[in-house]
Amino acid sequence: MKKAEEIFQLLKDNFSTSNLELKSDQPTEAVIIVSPSDIDNISLYLKDSPELLFDGLMNLSGVDEPKAGLLSVYYHLESTKLKHKITLKVSTDRNKPEIPTVTGVWKAADWHEREAYDLFGVIFLNHPDLRRILMPYDWDAGYPLRKDYENPEFYQGMKVPY
Amino acid sequence: MGFLDNEFTDGNIVIAKAEDLLNWARLSSLWQVSFGLACCAIEMMATSASHYDFDRFGVIPRPSPRQADFIIISGTVTLKMATRIKRLYEQIPDPKYIISMGSCSNCGGPYWEHGYHVLKGIDRVIPVDVYVPGCPPRPEALLEGLLKLQEKIRNESLIKKSV
Repeated sequence: MKKAEEIFQLLKDNFSTSNLELKSDQPTEAVIIVSPSDIDNISLYLKDSPELLFDGLMNLSGVDEPKAGLLSVYYHLESTKLKHKITLKVSTDRNKPEIPTVTGVWKAADWHEREAYDLFGVIFLNHPDLRRILMPYDWDAGYPLRKDYENPEFYQGMKVPY
Repeated sequence: MGFLDNEFTDGNIVIAKAEDLLNWARLSSLWQVSFGLACCAIEMMATSASHYDFDRFGVIPRPSPRQADFIIISGTVTLKMATRIKRLYEQIPDPKYIISMGSCSNCGGPYWEHGYHVLKGIDRVIPVDVYVPGCPPRPEALLEGLLKLQEKIRNESLIKKSV
């Protein structure tokens, strides 16, 4: 079992060129902020390194931060073997939200990423099947959980507002 | 209760109006589409189970809408599901009836304002005969709804348009 600081140090040692930041003043697990271009490599390392063995992606969710102009994704990781947990955060530009997929690392990411795409419009690069998952496939009114989202008046002839 | 429910003594002959007889037959064996949506569906299943026993009113769940007489919209209708429900409804042969069960199906329920994905009442898509209030309604309430539907069918006419 490793503490967040130790995990962060391991990442820093192995990814010396990338921009990493640790936020440990959290009510839950500490958050490591990762830049979008590194997330796939760092995920693979976190999963395969024998000291870390993060084999479980417990959750992946999008967060809209319009004031900062960001669209973020949180990755909640757990090691079922070593019993430690960590959260990763990746932020992208709200106007061009592109993040490499981690489906190759954790299979569970597939539908979670589809959900984040469906509700927040995060584009996961190289995702095997990036379609909407909850909203109808022909939904063209945007991404419902974005803060500036507005519901359409009609969908397929059905009135949407109350 | 009507004429048909009285004990008769004159041999094997019963005299009834064709309308009454047909309506009595129809309302006594309402087959429902086996279809559930959300937490209301749990109450609907409880109503079907032995304790409340929907079957004593002749209600049998059918796996195909083509064999059914009515459908209970039991739960939150999302916009995505609404298109499917419309198709299900169209597949039920006439005469067909709809019970809207619970607040979501009646008017959108707790999703009325912020439910970007919820249809605010199934009556925006298909015509409803009986609205059952509740969130979710207890089995007794659903039974009451069924009795109301039976009452409606009992008063229908082959010639006159029903109210």
